[in-house]
Amino acid sequence: MPQVSRRTLRDALSVALTVGAYGVAFGAAGVAAGFSVLQTSLFSLVTFTGASQFAAVGVVASGGAGLSAVVAASLLSTRNALYSLQMAPQLHVSGWRRLVAAQVTIDESTNVALAQAPHGPDAVRHGFWLTGVGVFIFWNLFTLVGALGAKSLGNPAAWGLDAAVPAAFLGLLWGRLADGRLRVISLVAAVFALVSTPLLPSGTPIIATVLVAVVAGWRP
Amino acid sequence: MSSLTTWSVLIGTSVLCYAIKLVGYLVPARWFAHERLQRINSLIPVVLLSALVVAQGVAVKTHLVIDHRLAGIAAALAALIAKAPFPVVVLSAAVTSALVYRWH
Repeated sequence: MPQVSRRTLRDALSVALTVGAYGVAFGAAGVAAGFSVLQTSLFSLVTFTGASQFAAVGVVASGGAGLSAVVAASLLSTRNALYSLQMAPQLHVSGWRRLVAAQVTIDESTNVALAQAPHGPDAVRHGFWLTGVGVFIFWNLFTLVGALGAKSLGNPAAWGLDAAVPAAFLGLLWGRLADGRLRVISLVAAVFALVSTPLLPSGTPIIATVLVAVVAGWRP
Repeated sequence: MSSLTTWSVLIGTSVLCYAIKLVGYLVPARWFAHERLQRINSLIPVVLLSALVVAQGVAVKTHLVIDHRLAGIAAALAALIAKAPFPVVVLSAAVTSALVYRWH
């Protein structure tokens, strides 16, 4: 295997540390939503896709049905299928390595990997694995810290954790809003969720906004 | 929240999210080549994130509630407009919300 360049290592590590540290918020959010420390840690180990994890515990925290939580989380992770379609031909993995590659196919590993493209196919592979494994390690460590800490913190609202989660969603969304059309779609979805909250059963407005995507994406 | 519900959510989410990640490594890319499907799929993260900001920011079950969380989101928005890095955005929301919560 060719040597890992310093640039790829730096990119991967900086992303892994920043995103990983945010696992504290997930750990606290999981426990605040009523999941045990063990369950919260298993989310980060097994589900391992941040936005979906927050969606699952967020729907449960806002009183939604279990099925709504699972559907919202899964729909939010469908982009990982698109990432895996992009990464598969570049990673040349087979056998059990495919199973490991799939688990670390997330926003961060794919985006760091694709950013290394000008430096050659080896840099792409290094970027993918270093970021994927790096985020996995830090995200899980910090999830445990957050989950254990949440118990001694008391009411999460007193520490602003109930606002940190929607703020993180807004942060993830922000990058996509440079596009004018997406900005309109995002606004329509937000208004749809606002209006439907008092009308639909608790937890379902989130799933129901998929209708906005279907209508907006139906025609080019 | 019963432990049956929390375990079901955990297991259901984990199995489906992993299956979704595995798709690209197992199936031919042409299965996903349908244009309309790709267009809709590419919009799903944006609409779900928008709905989640609303649900977590101003909803409590089926009620709309304006409280400390909205102050936190406003702070996050200000940080984003000022091009602050991601951790600063989250931190400013948490600090603002916590201050409003404690002083309220």
